[in-house]
Amino acid sequence: MSWLVEVDGQTCIGSGMCSAIAEGYFAVEEGVSRPLHSDVEPNDEVVDAAESCPVEAIAVWERSSGRKLAPEE
Amino acid sequence: MTTTDPTPRTYPFNAPDRLRLDPFYAELRRQEPVSRVRLPYGEDAWLATRYSDVRTVFADPRFSRAAAVGRDEPRARPTAQQTGILTMDPPEHTRLRKLVAKAFTARRVEQLRPRAQRIADDLVRGMHRKGPPLDLVEEFALPLPITVICELLGVPYSDRKDFRVWSDAFLSTSKLSAQQVEDYITQMRGYMAGLIEQRRAQPAEDLLSGLIQARDEQDKLSETELVDLAVGLLVAGHETTATQIPNFVYVLLTHPSELEWLRNNPDRVPDAVEELMRFVPLGVNAAFPRYALEDVELGGVLIRAGEPVLASLASANRDESVFDDPEELNLTRESNSHIGFGHGPHHCLGAQLARMELQVALGTLLREFPGLRLGADEQDVVWKSGMLVRGPQHLPLAWD
Repeated sequence: MSWLVEVDGQTCIGSGMCSAIAEGYFAVEEGVSRPLHSDVEPNDEVVDAAESCPVEAIAVWERSSGRKLAPEE
Repeated sequence: MTTTDPTPRTYPFNAPDRLRLDPFYAELRRQEPVSRVRLPYGEDAWLATRYSDVRTVFADPRFSRAAAVGRDEPRARPTAQQTGILTMDPPEHTRLRKLVAKAFTARRVEQLRPRAQRIADDLVRGMHRKGPPLDLVEEFALPLPITVICELLGVPYSDRKDFRVWSDAFLSTSKLSAQQVEDYITQMRGYMAGLIEQRRAQPAEDLLSGLIQARDEQDKLSETELVDLAVGLLVAGHETTATQIPNFVYVLLTHPSELEWLRNNPDRVPDAVEELMRFVPLGVNAAFPRYALEDVELGGVLIRAGEPVLASLASANRDESVFDDPEELNLTRESNSHIGFGHGPHHCLGAQLARMELQVALGTLLREFPGLRLGADEQDVVWKSGMLVRGPQHLPLAWD
């Protein structure tokens, strides 16, 4: 089972919350975050990062089911 | 690229005039996007005025807030804040911010909307009972965000008369004397320290209790940081929204066709809030300079390591290379990428809360007050002065 992590670069404001909460999963370069790996093993910190993004620019999906895991809608 | 150091211009360029943005910013964006300025206090600085440069100053880690500590930072008031989340860089800044970030996500804030609506409805009922003319600031704009942040943080609403007075100390440039600022900040910190002791003894379901737990059980922040953070949340949690509600109403009342359109399209209130965030220059001047940690080329000039840079959000929000007809209020503006809440690590923590409150406020006022209009001559509206922010001191309103 793996998760898909996406960052909407247009929405991102470069707050750096994601890279601080889920170390090793996001990189903020030139004021925009991107996922370091689009496929990740299930990890609470990644969900935490998506839930804490001030502009909800991060989405986490379950690959197998296509279900959105975060942010909760 | 110029490396010479021309004579700095006095900044702010002119005294604030209501919500009018000084047209000189437009000239600077065209002619001299990064220029030298001299503020009332502190060392000379660079001022960035273009959207892309402003975003760079706020988000690029080569520009630091923490490096301002101990320096004579350029500022509009006698004293510079030396502690608190706005004087920190990541990762220190992020360590504190993430303790509270979850309380302010879009989803958590959405859960507070029904409560905010009930508060707004109660205030409106009171206003109808009293009848026009009424001061929007005292009757609505202050009590709405104060009630919300008090409940969220866990501060007794009944203490508002005290902390309202002390809050001005955090936004005063010349309204209060340096001594008053110091006294009020000391009183505010003392008040919050007392409240923290109370919650320590009797925890509750509020953000303050959560922060105390993060300190006492997980040692995630120091006692000073805890007090600073709580004070910051209380002040920032109401002051700006309480100022923007009357600002937004004032702008709409002085743009009658836009107001009429919004009345007929109440589902577009969220878009209107975004455009008003872009259009209203809340800050009197660019503040909280960032210091270059290395030489950086910005807008055609070389910023040397150790030099401070101010970045104007208000000017960025009027940048003609980003916004069509930027001087026009256009509530139907498409893809509005304004930076009214800032950008980068210090992007407003409470942006979603402010958005929700501003949406509730505008929606409620337009719905409940047909024929809403100024209850005094426009020239008689008294504006705040000697403060970091612009807004009516009082906004008398009348309605049908």
